[in-house]
Amino acid sequence: MRNRFAEVFYSLGCADPRMCIVVADISPAGSIARFRQEFPDRFINTGVAEQVMIGMCAGMALRGLRPFAYTIATFTLYRPFEFVRDDLCYQNLPVTIVGIGGGVTYSTLGATHHAQEDIGIATALPNMSVLAPCDPDEVEAATRWCAQQKSGPVYLRLGKAGEPILTKGADPWQYGKIRYLQRGSDVCILSYGSIMKIAREVASRCEALGKTVSLASVHTVKPLDVASVVDALQRHSNVVVIEETGPVGSLGNSVKALAWEAGARCHIVAFGLKDAFIHCYGNHDELLSAHGLSVDAIMNRLSL
Amino acid sequence: MKMAPPNLVNEPDGELPRRRCSRYRRRILEISQSVAALHIAPAFSCTEVVDTVYNELMKWKEDGSPLDVFIMSKGHGCMIQYVILEERGILERTDLETYCKPDGRLGAHPDYGTPGIAAATGSLGHGMGMAVGMAYAEKLQKNSSKIYLVLSDGECQEGSTWEAAMMAGNLKVDNLTAFVDYNDFSGLDRMSESHPAFHPLVDKFRSFGWDAVEVDGHSQLDILSGAQRPHSARPLAVICKTVKGKGVSYMENVPIWHYRSPNPEEYAIAMQQLQDE
Repeated sequence: MRNRFAEVFYSLGCADPRMCIVVADISPAGSIARFRQEFPDRFINTGVAEQVMIGMCAGMALRGLRPFAYTIATFTLYRPFEFVRDDLCYQNLPVTIVGIGGGVTYSTLGATHHAQEDIGIATALPNMSVLAPCDPDEVEAATRWCAQQKSGPVYLRLGKAGEPILTKGADPWQYGKIRYLQRGSDVCILSYGSIMKIAREVASRCEALGKTVSLASVHTVKPLDVASVVDALQRHSNVVVIEETGPVGSLGNSVKALAWEAGARCHIVAFGLKDAFIHCYGNHDELLSAHGLSVDAIMNRLSL
Repeated sequence: MKMAPPNLVNEPDGELPRRRCSRYRRRILEISQSVAALHIAPAFSCTEVVDTVYNELMKWKEDGSPLDVFIMSKGHGCMIQYVILEERGILERTDLETYCKPDGRLGAHPDYGTPGIAAATGSLGHGMGMAVGMAYAEKLQKNSSKIYLVLSDGECQEGSTWEAAMMAGNLKVDNLTAFVDYNDFSGLDRMSESHPAFHPLVDKFRSFGWDAVEVDGHSQLDILSGAQRPHSARPLAVICKTVKGKGVSYMENVPIWHYRSPNPEEYAIAMQQLQDE
């Protein structure tokens, strides 16, 4: 995801002199390093200083530029939180905050580097859009949208590197719209972000049990495509949410609330990170598993 | 070093600017009578500074809109900005009359989107970062606009102010001038007593890559001399020695006037003192 973002940012940045990237002491991956070499004035490193990273982005946007703030997800949102809120959201400025390693991607680095409640925090902010692409192709579509939009701040939540392509042949990506990767009628799995690869396996296992399965990318977590979620709740007998974030402010809770309001009669099960700091230093999959997010654990809890 | 006398564009003898500032203070007092509380003393503290920026330093387009940018980082001092914007016709008289009223558009802190307000402030420590971003953007786009920033001394206790000040030095944004309203009072204490390590301020800015100078913050001539100091390839900090509540004897250096409206008797005394100035 990181590399695709860099490639797309580079190509868009070559064409649009307003595009700038403001990083806080993070080594630029791939094409961002090339961007730095070719456009040194539009690559700004604030050093280990995230408040000024966000503050400068606000000032640059106020004077007509299109800045992207870029660092590890925790440091894009948590350290400079009030700057994100007051400078970007309150003033409703078109600044994209790129969070690398959303969720518990940086598994071995401990909870200081786990953005395990970033979705709840970012979606709580008025004016903030939250995009969480599930594969490199969605990263490309989302980045292109961020570069041209004028409506306000965006939290673009990325994974790390090496994520597979999961959306080949899916409906086109559209901001604010759920995107079906496949359609069925028994089970609907709603997911977003890099945990989609687990959602995809769960879909296959459900199919092996004789079910027809819809799999949808809720890449725009905010604003949520309420009409399509309600439609999914009404068309399927089982709805499963799989996400890599804690329960507060989660998609799972939103889906349950919408189901209640819509009088939906389907069975809903939501899977996400526990509301806990887990001291496990395995790889990403192993930490997800410690949170109860493995294909086997999910299948065990589904009574299909 | 003795500096060359500054070029006071509008009022070379300094008498009219003084009268102008008395007028601004009286207008703020008038507004104070229609609300339970407002930030009088923080506005009186930086009245001459904000007056000098708007009326002497900033460049204006023919349509009355500014070419340069003013940010009131100490957002609670915005009454002085409001009354100057009113005088310039950027805000309406009715805007001031509906200050902090449900049908008005002016609150106790400046709001982005309000005419004449370049950035929303109120939470301290935000103005410097935005100003550095603006100054850098102007340079990148080869614009000649200058960025003028007014900080409180209290907000120079915020770490974010120094993160951004350091970046300003790194980026050499010499189109940025920051005025510090150095009245020695934060909300609770006299800072020279409660936080002695806060001083000296001029040296701190210099060590962060700025040019810095200390001036009398109630003398437009002195403020202008500081602001017109040559400072190539460095941002400029003008540390303005001020008195909180300046102009009304019973308000000067008395913390309660940080956020309070005078009662009718106090109001009459204050208006009289400012009339006599």
